[in-house]
Amino acid sequence: MKGNEALAEAAIRAGCKCFFGYPITPQTELSAYMAKRMEKSGGVFLQAESEIAAINMVLGAASTGVRAMTSSSSPGVSLKAEGISYMAGSDLPAVIINVQRGGPGLGSIQPAQSDYYQATHAMGHGDFHILVYAPCSVQEMVDVVMLAFDKADQYRIPVMILADGLLGQMMEPVTFPEPRTELPDKSDWAACGHGGKREHHVINSLYLDAPLLEAKVQERFKRYAVIEETETDAELYCCGDAEIVVTAYGASARVAKSAVTAARRKGIQAGLFRPKTLWPFPKKELCEATKHAKQILDVEMSMGQMVDDVRLATECRLPVAFFGRTGGVIPTPEEVLAEIEKLAGGAE
Amino acid sequence: MAVVFDHPKSLLDVSTHFCPGCGHGIVHRLVCEVIDEMGIEGDTIGVVPVGCSVMSYNYFGCDVIEAPHGRAPAVATGVKRVNPDKFVFSYQGDGDLAAIGTAETVHVGTRGENIVVIFINNTTYGMTGGQMAPTTLPGQVTQTTPFGRNVETNGYPIRVCEMMATLSGTALAQRVAIDSVPHIREAKKAIRKGFENQKEKRGLSIIEVLSTCPTNWGLSPEESMEFVKDQMIPYYPLGVYKDVTAEEGKKA
Amino acid sequence: MTTEIILAGFGGQGILFAGKVLAYCGLIDGKELSWLPSYGPEMRGGTANCSVCISDEPIGSPLVTAPNCLIAMNGPSYHKFVDTVKPGGIALLDSSIVEETCDRKDITAISLPATNMATKAGLNGAANMILLGKMLAETKLFSFAVVEKAMEKCIPPKRAHLIASNLKAIQIGMEQK
Repeated sequence: MKGNEALAEAAIRAGCKCFFGYPITPQTELSAYMAKRMEKSGGVFLQAESEIAAINMVLGAASTGVRAMTSSSSPGVSLKAEGISYMAGSDLPAVIINVQRGGPGLGSIQPAQSDYYQATHAMGHGDFHILVYAPCSVQEMVDVVMLAFDKADQYRIPVMILADGLLGQMMEPVTFPEPRTELPDKSDWAACGHGGKREHHVINSLYLDAPLLEAKVQERFKRYAVIEETETDAELYCCGDAEIVVTAYGASARVAKSAVTAARRKGIQAGLFRPKTLWPFPKKELCEATKHAKQILDVEMSMGQMVDDVRLATECRLPVAFFGRTGGVIPTPEEVLAEIEKLAGGAE
Repeated sequence: MAVVFDHPKSLLDVSTHFCPGCGHGIVHRLVCEVIDEMGIEGDTIGVVPVGCSVMSYNYFGCDVIEAPHGRAPAVATGVKRVNPDKFVFSYQGDGDLAAIGTAETVHVGTRGENIVVIFINNTTYGMTGGQMAPTTLPGQVTQTTPFGRNVETNGYPIRVCEMMATLSGTALAQRVAIDSVPHIREAKKAIRKGFENQKEKRGLSIIEVLSTCPTNWGLSPEESMEFVKDQMIPYYPLGVYKDVTAEEGKKA
Repeated sequence: MTTEIILAGFGGQGILFAGKVLAYCGLIDGKELSWLPSYGPEMRGGTANCSVCISDEPIGSPLVTAPNCLIAMNGPSYHKFVDTVKPGGIALLDSSIVEETCDRKDITAISLPATNMATKAGLNGAANMILLGKMLAETKLFSFAVVEKAMEKCIPPKRAHLIASNLKAIQIGMEQK
């Protein structure tokens, strides 16, 4: 099954009741799958007039307590930034998928990872975070969709799945979990009509009283602290004795893994550290992975964005080299291997 | 003794932040009277805009969602699509509905979204201090048209009801005003019709209310009512621009 | 072992479909697999190619840059990919369309007039399957029985009548000497 379709099927199984989207390459199969399947499974599919409308339809539906989702690719996600900020400010859970492509501007339609900063550091105006997952296979995209809906509800925050055109377009075998039958109760805050049985619920991000807004934001950051403490996740591959640790996420982590395997065959003690959560960044896990490391090589399909978090997480105690291809160009395992060999040679 | 006039139950008993002579208070009251009369407060979800009525979530007794600027129709769509049996209305000003949110407004019409849109046209951005709105009259002085709205550089005002009436999914497009008691009665009837349309799943009902902004117009409350009557109504004629129930009636 | 395959040609020649059949063969045979299409702005014409990886181990990069096997169904694709084939690999070309012959000595180059053969056999448009059949015969990657099952997975029930003709084309390819 194609990655994009797998994301859609997983969302339906996760109890997502509505999908609002707008066509954009390379994620369109996701919308098309939803159009085919959502109504049959008792949900709502609607093609919105714009990305902005789509994210606000998600905001509306999520306000009433149902699981809601939208998906797009880089330029479209920029348009959704407004709505994501409002949802963060209104403590609304939702899942947003970014099947990244090259940028800036209209860029290209080929796979890229140049929205890392946007997703993890600036997904809209204001003081807030969203939880960002970075799957690297079709199966993991399925698993992460289920998780994303659960975490969104648990912490009442928007959650993003940061994929890319390669993962969206590729086909791999996949097994789906059983559909969720029991979903969290949101009746203590959802605005779905009070039925005369309770005070009215207000979904709002406006606090004109500065200290009140500050308190709201501080409360939210307490939740973020819990997320940072408990929700980080990473894959460590051959890191135990690794002298060179390659850091990469998503599609570029697959390329890096091939390169690390090839380096091992050549006798180079290389390992791969692959963050599965980008925010929060798995700092503890990276420190563990680089215990014996002398150098780090960060590989991305960008000019170097996650590399900053890698440096911060290791507090600059290790030299961090960078190798990236951008604009829709996918690095090859041979290129990455050459970089690893360069570092290995330099270290000797 | 029978009570003939009372505070609507679904309008919360709090003081509003609206200026003296502002039309929002009247329209809020009309919406809540209709909600009370139909007994639907518990089944209603309101969506409020960015603008002077941004804080209407403090006034409406039903559940309320505060939407991003211009996006109330999209938010209302999301609410209604997953709660088709609830009553959903958006309450928006002219900048919100007819400038930054024009696309959202047009498309709830094209989709025949089964919601009610209450559109307050007072020809100005009230909350930000009286700048030119899409509905500012030609020649009208605002903070950003200090020499009067020049249509050659600022363009022409949008006649929203006329535009929305052209859309197949619109069930009701009606312009009303609050400058006189008969007009206020008419406005309430239109709002009621909108909610009845929603009950009968007829599609989008948009009720444009010509309202006042004494503070930013620099007029007294009384003069503001005169402004609506003498300046606005001639440019924005009151009336029903589309009503599918009347059309059905004709066919029958 | 990992076999990496590139299939390339014009849009409309069934390049992506042939890749999909191959991927499903992998699925049915219990292998690890990936299928990655190139995608562009054009809906018709233009070039199309896809990368297929079949392996006993989890697949790293699904993008094939040095294939063990190339199926090229037009001149531009042949030119683009023939030099990337790994030494010892196979390049299959549709000689009804590709005019050049391969001068690389370190790979097995096979020219098959697949489009003409398909027309002659009354299987218009099945040149992709003839080439795929030939590739399977050369690589012994999957048996015909596996392909039969894969084809059923790849063709929706609405178009079930196409299963037989596609399998026939596979067989023609497999039987080519």
